[in-house]
Amino acid sequence: MSVTQLLLFIVVMVMISPAWGAKDYGLTPKEIAPGTYVLLGQNEHFNFRNGGNIVNTGFIITEKGVIVIDTGPSRLYGEQLRTAIGKITDQPIVKVFNTHLHPDHILGNQAFEDIQIAALPSTIEGIREQGELFNDSMYRLAGAWMAGTRVVLPTQIVKPGVVEMGGHRLRLFEMDGHSHADLVILDETTGVLFAADVVFHGRTPTTPHADVAHWMQALDTVSSLKFKLLVPGHGHVVSDSLPIVQTREYLQWLIDRLSQAAETGQTMAELLQSDAPSSIANLAVFREEYQRSVVHLFPDIEAKALSRGRVEQD
Amino acid sequence: MSKLISFGMLFITVCCLTPIAHTEEVSTDPLDSVMWKEMQRSLLGGAPVVFDDQVRVLAPGDAEDSMNVPVLVDATALGEVTRLLVFAELNPIHKVLEMEPHQSKPLIGFRIKVQQATPVRAAALTPDGQWHVGGHIVEAAGGGCTAPSLSSDNEDWASRMGEVSGRLWPGDQSTRLRMRIMHPMDTGLVSGIPAFFINRLELQDNSGDLLTRLFLFEPVSENPVITLDLPKLDAVTVRGEDNNGNPVQARVLAGLSGEEK
Repeated sequence: MSVTQLLLFIVVMVMISPAWGAKDYGLTPKEIAPGTYVLLGQNEHFNFRNGGNIVNTGFIITEKGVIVIDTGPSRLYGEQLRTAIGKITDQPIVKVFNTHLHPDHILGNQAFEDIQIAALPSTIEGIREQGELFNDSMYRLAGAWMAGTRVVLPTQIVKPGVVEMGGHRLRLFEMDGHSHADLVILDETTGVLFAADVVFHGRTPTTPHADVAHWMQALDTVSSLKFKLLVPGHGHVVSDSLPIVQTREYLQWLIDRLSQAAETGQTMAELLQSDAPSSIANLAVFREEYQRSVVHLFPDIEAKALSRGRVEQD
Repeated sequence: MSKLISFGMLFITVCCLTPIAHTEEVSTDPLDSVMWKEMQRSLLGGAPVVFDDQVRVLAPGDAEDSMNVPVLVDATALGEVTRLLVFAELNPIHKVLEMEPHQSKPLIGFRIKVQQATPVRAAALTPDGQWHVGGHIVEAAGGGCTAPSLSSDNEDWASRMGEVSGRLWPGDQSTRLRMRIMHPMDTGLVSGIPAFFINRLELQDNSGDLLTRLFLFEPVSENPVITLDLPKLDAVTVRGEDNNGNPVQARVLAGLSGEEK
C-alpha cells in the first residue's frame, strides 16, 4: 500500500465512521435529591437541532444498582445517558422503567437491551403496535440523531404497588389519560415524584392518545400524593403543585373550547385559530400543540354533538 | 468545433433564461406549485384564472393526521359563485370535491386524506365566467390515501353505512348545516379494497327545491363531516348515493333529539 493509498484509506474510514461529526446531546444529569438525578429536555417540538431531546429522563442510584426512568428519544440518547450515568457511579444499572409508550420516552431502550426494561402491560402493547410508526416519524422530525434507532420492547410487566430496591421504597402507580397507561413513580425514601407525562410544566400538554376525563382523574390522584419534588415529563422540576394546576387548567380550557365549538356548529378548520387566555397561550409550543389536539380530540366531540340532532333516516 | 458547441450552449442558455410570455395568465401561482399548470389544464380545461384572496382555504400548516385534514373553503367574499372545485395537487387522486352552490353560500367544510405534503386548492367560478383560485399548503408525513379506512377493519361498518347524523344552527342570514355520513370512503389505492365512496349529494328544502349539489371524490375522509351555510330553513332533505349505487337518504331537522346515540 502506497502512502497515497494509505491516506485515502484513512480519509475514507474517517468519513464512514459513525464517530464522524458525532452528535452530542450534551446530557448533564442534575442531582435533585440524594442519589437522584434528572436530565432536563428542551421545552420544544422535535427538531433537527434538539435531536428529539424534549423530554425529562432520570435515574436513582441505590445501594443495589441504578434505576433508570425513561430512556429518551433515540439510540444515541440512550447510549449517552448510559455514559453519563457511568461517569457518576460505578453501580451497575439494574432496572429501567418506561413510563408510557411515547417515542421520546422509549426509543433509547436499545442502549439498555441487556437490562430488564419494565412497563405497564398497555404500554408494552402500545409500543408493540406503534413503535415502528413512532420511529419512522421521529426520523422525519429529528433527522440524523435517530440513526440506527430501532424499537426495543420492554421485557417485564410492572405491577402497581410498592417495591423496595437498594434502600429506596418506590410506590408505582398505574394511571391513564395522557396515554392508555401512564406509570407514575413516587420515591417515598426521598419524596421525589416522577409524574411522567401526566404532568407538564411550562409546556403545552400533548394529546395524541389522550382521554381527557381520565387524565383529569389522574391529576386528582397526583395532587393527593405527598411529595417533596415533582419531576414533570416535560419542564422544570418544582417543589409545589403549580404544574399540576397548569396541566389541569390547560386540559379544561381545551375541552371547554372544543365542546363549545361543537355545540355552536363550528368546523374543525375554523377552530385552528384560537383565542386562549395568556396563561395558556404563553405555554411553550402552544399553537402547534393546540392545533394537533384539535385533530386528536375534536372528531369524537363533534360526532357526539351531531348525534344529538334530529334526523329522520328515510 | 468546440466554438460551435460554446455558441450552441450560449444559445440554449439564452433561450432558457428568456421568459416565455403567458398571455392567458393574469397572475402567477402564489404557491409556486409544480402541478399547477397540469391542474389548470386537466380540471379547469385550461381556462384563465386569477389568484384571489377572496377564495379562502383554511387548513392546518401541518397535517397531524394524514387521513383527517380539516379544510374550510369560503368564497363568500366573491358574491355569487356557480361552481366551486377543490383539489389536492400532489395527491394521487387530485379532485376532492365539486360544489354547485345554488342557494347555499359558496362555503364548505370537510376533511380530506393527503398522501404527502400538497397544496390544497379551491377554484370558484363567478357568473362572468372567471375562475378565482385560492389555496393553502399542507405539510404532511402522508400516506392517508393508501392507508385502509378504519371501517374496513371493522366487520360492523356495513350496518351503519349511509346513516346520517346532523344538526341545523339558525343564524341571522343563513342556517348552518353540519352532518356526518357513515361511509368508508375507500380510495381504491389500498390493495384488495376497491374504490368505494359517496360521489353525489343533493340537498333540498321542504318543497323539494334544490338547495345545493355536491360531488365528492375519493380523497374526502371516512365518515364525511360536511358543513354548509344554507338559506334560513328548519329542515333539509339529503339525497345521494355512492359509486355502487347505495343511497343516502335523510332529513335533518332543527332542534335537538334530546338523546345521545
